[in-house]
Amino acid sequence: MNDVKTDDYEPKVIAFACEFCSYTAADLAGSMRLRYPANVRIIKVPCTGRTDAIMLLKAFEAGADAVFVSGCQPGDCHFLKGNYRAKAMVPGVKKMLEEIGLHPDRVEFFHVAASEAQKWVEVVTQMNDRARRLGPNPLRTGGKPEYGPAAQKKEQEQSDKQGAAAGA
Amino acid sequence: MIVGDRKPLEEIIGFIEDARNVLVAGCGTCVAVCMAGGEKEVQMLAQELRMASRLRSMEIEVSEATAQRQCDKEYLETIKNAVAGKDLVISMACGIGVQHMAERFAPVRVVPGINTDFLGVNWDIGEWKEYCQNCGDCVLARTGGICPVTRCSKSLLNGPCGGSANGKCEVNPDTDCAWQLIYDRMKALGRLDKLAEVEPVKSWKKSRDGGPRRLSRNDMKPAEDKA
Repeated sequence: MNDVKTDDYEPKVIAFACEFCSYTAADLAGSMRLRYPANVRIIKVPCTGRTDAIMLLKAFEAGADAVFVSGCQPGDCHFLKGNYRAKAMVPGVKKMLEEIGLHPDRVEFFHVAASEAQKWVEVVTQMNDRARRLGPNPLRTGGKPEYGPAAQKKEQEQSDKQGAAAGA
Repeated sequence: MIVGDRKPLEEIIGFIEDARNVLVAGCGTCVAVCMAGGEKEVQMLAQELRMASRLRSMEIEVSEATAQRQCDKEYLETIKNAVAGKDLVISMACGIGVQHMAERFAPVRVVPGINTDFLGVNWDIGEWKEYCQNCGDCVLARTGGICPVTRCSKSLLNGPCGGSANGKCEVNPDTDCAWQLIYDRMKALGRLDKLAEVEPVKSWKKSRDGGPRRLSRNDMKPAEDKA
């Protein structure tokens, strides 16, 4: 996992899918013979409220290029508010990714109901496209911070160095 | 409870300097309840540090431990093995816990992972408000259970200032005027007349003005220790 070449880069996308809605939508997409990027790994959860910021961070640490949580439509959660909890958690994870030095677009939350196979396909495709656009997770390529204060600091240092070299 | 909030990751990374073995130490009481420094937040910070250090080519080993209370020495003993051999402890307790850890585990360097904000209540999901300032001489009995020392921006003890408007404070319009709250509460209690009573000037001797405070209770000490 640690020596990925960018040219043969195939994104790894992790989906935390609620078993009542999005997981069933993925199942339906299969039954309907819909095609979507095969590089999504689906983790079935009993409710998106069960997912936690640590789980998402661990997925990135293990080398995921994009991670998303997909839960029931508003008002449809079997546990009343699990999807709202997960939806509220994801912006916090985005902020954590920024602080760590990863692009916040690598994580997202979606509502996909059990009947929305087509939307599931769109969501997976969107996250796959994002991961492709952002390139591999620098944690698995041994890269540097790609976003946030740490990346800005690095850029500043480099331009200072270049400025000093030009001045000399 | 003591309310705190996590320091920015970049600031915490700045504390690490040349340390290699880092322990993130949580506290399972106040800061766990306000979701700033309990076991779960320890896991979160440790996870962030592991990821951030890899991107910054820092070679650090991060471990985790949580004591039930960092302000009690008996509980600090429960994490002494976790502290052994570490170059740095990031304590996620309030300022009390950080200092207590630094004292107990000297010469290990102990730094804070959170900012200690105030003593307050969790009045809604994800919302905390300051309710007490440790003045050492409680006046709540005569103010209908609403603290003017803390909840009035100016700590006024004899009614509102001229900046009280529509029940709000002139210092911050999001803050309720404490004296309006006190008046309304006393009215509801049928005790408005009590507010008209002239009270002696409050003694601030037991507040912070005399330097750090100490409390000593002989009745709690075993007889042989007192001799």
